[in-house]
Amino acid sequence: MIANRELPSELLPLAVDEDGAVARLRAALPAAAAAAGLVDVAYRVVDSPVGQLLLAGTEVGLVRVAFSREGHDAVLAALATTVSPRILRAPSRLDAAARELDEYFGGRRHSFDLPLDFRLANGFRREVLAHLPEIGYGHTASYAAVAALTSSPRAVRAVGTACARNPLPLVLPCHRVIRSDGSQGAYLGGPDAKALLLALEAAPQP
Amino acid sequence: MAAHGTVVLRVCRALVGVQDADDVWQETFLAALRAYPESGGIRNREAWLVTIARNKSMDHHRRAGRLPVPSGNAQAPLAVAWTATAGAVAAAAGGDDVVRALEAGEDAAMVWSAVALLPEKQRLAVIYHHLAGLRHAEVAGLLGNSEAAARRAASDGLKALRVQLLGQDREQP
Repeated sequence: MIANRELPSELLPLAVDEDGAVARLRAALPAAAAAAGLVDVAYRVVDSPVGQLLLAGTEVGLVRVAFSREGHDAVLAALATTVSPRILRAPSRLDAAARELDEYFGGRRHSFDLPLDFRLANGFRREVLAHLPEIGYGHTASYAAVAALTSSPRAVRAVGTACARNPLPLVLPCHRVIRSDGSQGAYLGGPDAKALLLALEAAPQP
Repeated sequence: MAAHGTVVLRVCRALVGVQDADDVWQETFLAALRAYPESGGIRNREAWLVTIARNKSMDHHRRAGRLPVPSGNAQAPLAVAWTATAGAVAAAAGGDDVVRALEAGEDAAMVWSAVALLPEKQRLAVIYHHLAGLRHAEVAGLLGNSEAAARRAASDGLKALRVQLLGQDREQP
């Protein structure tokens, strides 16, 4: 986008009401594009105790939850390549996901009830992710214990990889998977986020 | 893609007027979304969007049964239309905002009508280069002339616009 300072001074008066007009047009675009069947991926950004979260959904369901440290622009660019370049910020399409996450962080929700789109994880990674909701709220399991649930019970490292590349963190609770020695292990949202989530789930319920 | 919203709005306003620009803006982005999966080879997304905006503006004029470009002697009706828009905007606001919006709208209407007075190639070169920020080579692609000619038209157009605006200022009491 070109900045106003690059406009010749003669043309500057034309820019006075542009920002408001563009904001209004952008706000109306997702509905028009959806009506025309042109939005393949809708996204919005929500605030949370673990920082800003990017939520992205397809017609199938929630397809991506990303922490800000993953770089939201990079995540959107990856979605454009792997899912579809027809991506639009369309907050209303993700109202349910935003509400359930809000309830989760408020301690009022222990499991998610959202349609999910698993297309960003294939094969064994997908199998691992599908087992994660079996680890209940407030509980943890070791990487080895999760591997034991799968068709490859000795693939402990592959479980670690699947968790590290979980496209739907929080909703698929990879933060409940910890090392066998009881230490937390890594987390794609950062160690602080993992500690916060485990503390949240360990807290007495309101 | 939405980052180019301002540039596309400028082109739409310059080509179809402030009032109809919103519709053409939306048509431009819907057309871009429709073409998107096949547009992987687009090197300059902004120039591509400006081209779509140009085509959608021409469609708009064709539908309205009007000439595709405002001719030089269209200054008076254009200025009236734009001032009327500014008045409507101002009426919707309140107090000092009314005055500010009206003044800003009048300034913009004055510049738009001065742009409309420029000879065709200069007018389009000013719109695509100075207003939308495209490079001279990209402007030449849109105008169907050489890069040197596009550069000259943009420069001559801006000079002519300056003279126009100074003349209008002098006419004001």
